Amino acid sequence: MNAFNRLLMGTAIGVAVSVTSIAAFAETPGNMLVIANRIDDITTLDPAESFEFAGSDVSRNIYGKLVNFDPLNLKAGYEPDLAESWTVSEDGKTITFTMREGVKFHSGNPVRAEDAAFSLRRAVILNKTPSFILTQFGFTAENANDTIKVDGNTVSITTDKRYATSFVLNCLTSTIGGIVDKETVMANEVDGDMGNTWLKTNSAGSGAYSLVSWKPNDSVTLKSNADFYAGAPAMERVIVRHVQESATQRLMLERGDIDVARNLNPEDIAGARGGDGIAIDDELRGRLMYISLNQKHPELSKPKVRQAIKYLVDYEGMQNSFLKGQYVIHQNFLPATYLGAVDENPFSLNIEKAKALLAEAGVSGMELEVGVREAQERVEITQSLQNIWAQAGIKLNITVGTAKQILGRYRARELDVYMGAWGPDYPDPHTNAGTFAFNPVNTDEAKATGLLAWRNAWDTGGLTEKTSAAVVEGDRDVRAKMYQDIQAEFRDISPFAVMFQKIEQTGRSESVQNLNLGGAITAVSYWPVTK
Amino acid sequence: MALTDNNGGARKRAPFPPWILTILRTLGSIAVTMLGLMFITFIIGRVMPIDPVLAIVGEQASKATYDAAYQQLGLDRPILVQFLYYVWDVLHGDFGDSLLNARPVVDDIKRVFPATMELATLGVLMGIILGVPLGVVAAVKRGSWIDQIARVIALVGYSMPIFWLGLMGLLVFYGILGWVGGPGRVGIFYVDIVPPVTGMILLDSILDGNWDVFKDAFSHIILPASLLGYYSLAYISRMTRSFMLEQMSAEYIVTARVKGMSETAVIWRHAFKNILVQLITVIALSYANLLEGSVLTEIIFSWPGIGQYITTALLSADMNAVLGGTVVVGLVFVLLNIFSDLLYKVFDPRAK
Repeated sequence: MNAFNRLLMGTAIGVAVSVTSIAAFAETPGNMLVIANRIDDITTLDPAESFEFAGSDVSRNIYGKLVNFDPLNLKAGYEPDLAESWTVSEDGKTITFTMREGVKFHSGNPVRAEDAAFSLRRAVILNKTPSFILTQFGFTAENANDTIKVDGNTVSITTDKRYATSFVLNCLTSTIGGIVDKETVMANEVDGDMGNTWLKTNSAGSGAYSLVSWKPNDSVTLKSNADFYAGAPAMERVIVRHVQESATQRLMLERGDIDVARNLNPEDIAGARGGDGIAIDDELRGRLMYISLNQKHPELSKPKVRQAIKYLVDYEGMQNSFLKGQYVIHQNFLPATYLGAVDENPFSLNIEKAKALLAEAGVSGMELEVGVREAQERVEITQSLQNIWAQAGIKLNITVGTAKQILGRYRARELDVYMGAWGPDYPDPHTNAGTFAFNPVNTDEAKATGLLAWRNAWDTGGLTEKTSAAVVEGDRDVRAKMYQDIQAEFRDISPFAVMFQKIEQTGRSESVQNLNLGGAITAVSYWPVTK
Repeated sequence: MALTDNNGGARKRAPFPPWILTILRTLGSIAVTMLGLMFITFIIGRVMPIDPVLAIVGEQASKATYDAAYQQLGLDRPILVQFLYYVWDVLHGDFGDSLLNARPVVDDIKRVFPATMELATLGVLMGIILGVPLGVVAAVKRGSWIDQIARVIALVGYSMPIFWLGLMGLLVFYGILGWVGGPGRVGIFYVDIVPPVTGMILLDSILDGNWDVFKDAFSHIILPASLLGYYSLAYISRMTRSFMLEQMSAEYIVTARVKGMSETAVIWRHAFKNILVQLITVIALSYANLLEGSVLTEIIFSWPGIGQYITTALLSADMNAVLGGTVVVGLVFVLLNIFSDLLYKVFDPRAK
């Protein structure tokens, strides 16, 4: 919708609503949850392959995992789910899970250690996009049978070296850790695909819900599992309808045809707020907005210049204007709610201080190129930077391009400055520490394009070793402290200015209780919801 | 399509009767048109600055994953070879699998095209039923208040952004008055109740004798269909008016009037009959436009139609889906074109 249409629309709704109030409030049935969401990113519902937001939302409600997050207490971290307990071997390489007794899949088959082992091996062997979450522990298609073993009611996994137990367990809470029903899945195997084709559009889990149907770009329908081991969910049916347009979602919410609207834009949030029977929730998600400085650039690699740039961002101004309600200031690479996350945000706009730092570094009159993808909020952030940097004598030339163009150059270490977003891949601090603060070989030949530190040609000044140490620390609290220290140092010395963390705003009917979207670390949970 | 063959001698030697030649020529022209369409779309799809591989594996994927997906898509083969493989598959009714959801594109199109077809058919029917009489009356009573109203209706139809009109319609008739069902094809209680035969819920519910579903589906379709109907009405009525004005000033009309023929007979039996051929073209074009899928209408009303399908596919670089959708829309254009050619022959003796 362009600005003109939006203006027309806003005026029209304003006038109409003030003349007459929304009539006849229909209501969805008490045992049914109806959600409007953009679900066109779903490409598959196979937990071994699914790696998108809307897909994770579905998967989290269908598949139990060995360990999982409690939606009503995300801060507690991972807790027992299909595994009742676990032990760690002395060398820290083998974790043995004891399965919970008496849990059944939706098919009626019992959930066995064999199913858990099969699911993990399957994810490794299929080697789909999210498989790195497991294979980073040294599992391969060849060794899967030796490293993931069943013994009676226990399943054990053996990693290639010692890792922090919390790291391994956090990874097992992600979508790829979903435990599938081996018998059902293998009964639907085609051409040795381990049931991949079938599971894309069907479900074989033991969670609170099973899949009734997924129609791409149309709807996802789930029905409750009356035998769910944690108790039958109150919502017997959950329907997620694909509603692209924010204004349409708002109308449906106001009419009572849906219970939850997940993609309201700031205008519609403002309009719906205070509406009859409507509540607005803010929830922090994992996505971060940052700028980074290429360390191949002779001036940008000076420590004082890196410092100066962090004072040349109008954090407050952006947060309170065009990012209002969508992003909140956050200057650390671990999103709030992650293990080891900190909420210290020491930097604020200070042009004089930045000028002084630049002068100390002997820099004046720089001209830089910043690359940004053609997304509205990103371009707006870049324009704000351009304006402020000009006041400090830095001319910033903005190159706007498609994802392919900009990322291509970023990965090739060609951009002076990059303005972009980063979303964590799995709910463990290493997902971000391992890319922002980790770069073992800083040469062009290393081609570690997946590492943000490498993309900016930054050798991390010793943080690589600290990150490697944190990832093997067995004690959860000690490990959390290590990440806090790494982030403190990172804020000071890194060429990254992390600026904002994403907020998701949701409109819901006031009667809907206990809806948790999953914060930064996981996806939505429908089973605690009541109306 | 000029089909007259002036060479009498050659005609005698022709091994086939003329109607077979006509059919062959028609089929030939369909084939050439479709091949050209596929080629252009295919090439555009390949040179587009969107990376289908990146769309699948995500921007944080490793190089190995990227390369594997690249090969799996066959992108390492020469582009012409890729195209020939594609045409071969299409000839076998296989549009390939969607790059994103890995489902056969044909299945997706079977789901989304009937939704658009249902909406477009209802829309164009409204456009014809209201637009043609309005245009005729506006022409006959040129300059009268009816003509003025018709002009305003058409002007609004031409100039009002469909996005705005659609949202306003939703706000008033759904949000405030509650007269119609909201976005989507049916309410949540009526989803998947009637067995899909044609894929068009109105028809399927009639076939199934399920009037509750019919009523619900009707209450959902009526608003978007009226919206599309309004736009096609605006076009059809303006064109009808101008065709009629042309005829009404022709000499044979004066003659008919002089002969003492009633005005009704003059208008409908003479003038109107003579604009039918032109009108068919206008209606066919209007219908074809609607069948292409009105993306904005589909987005506002959460209508899972082909317009939204192609747009989503395009934005996510799902080229198989884009190609499949384009081929289907192209085929619809060609078929409607042929259909209107056939109707010409019925209504215009000169075209026989």
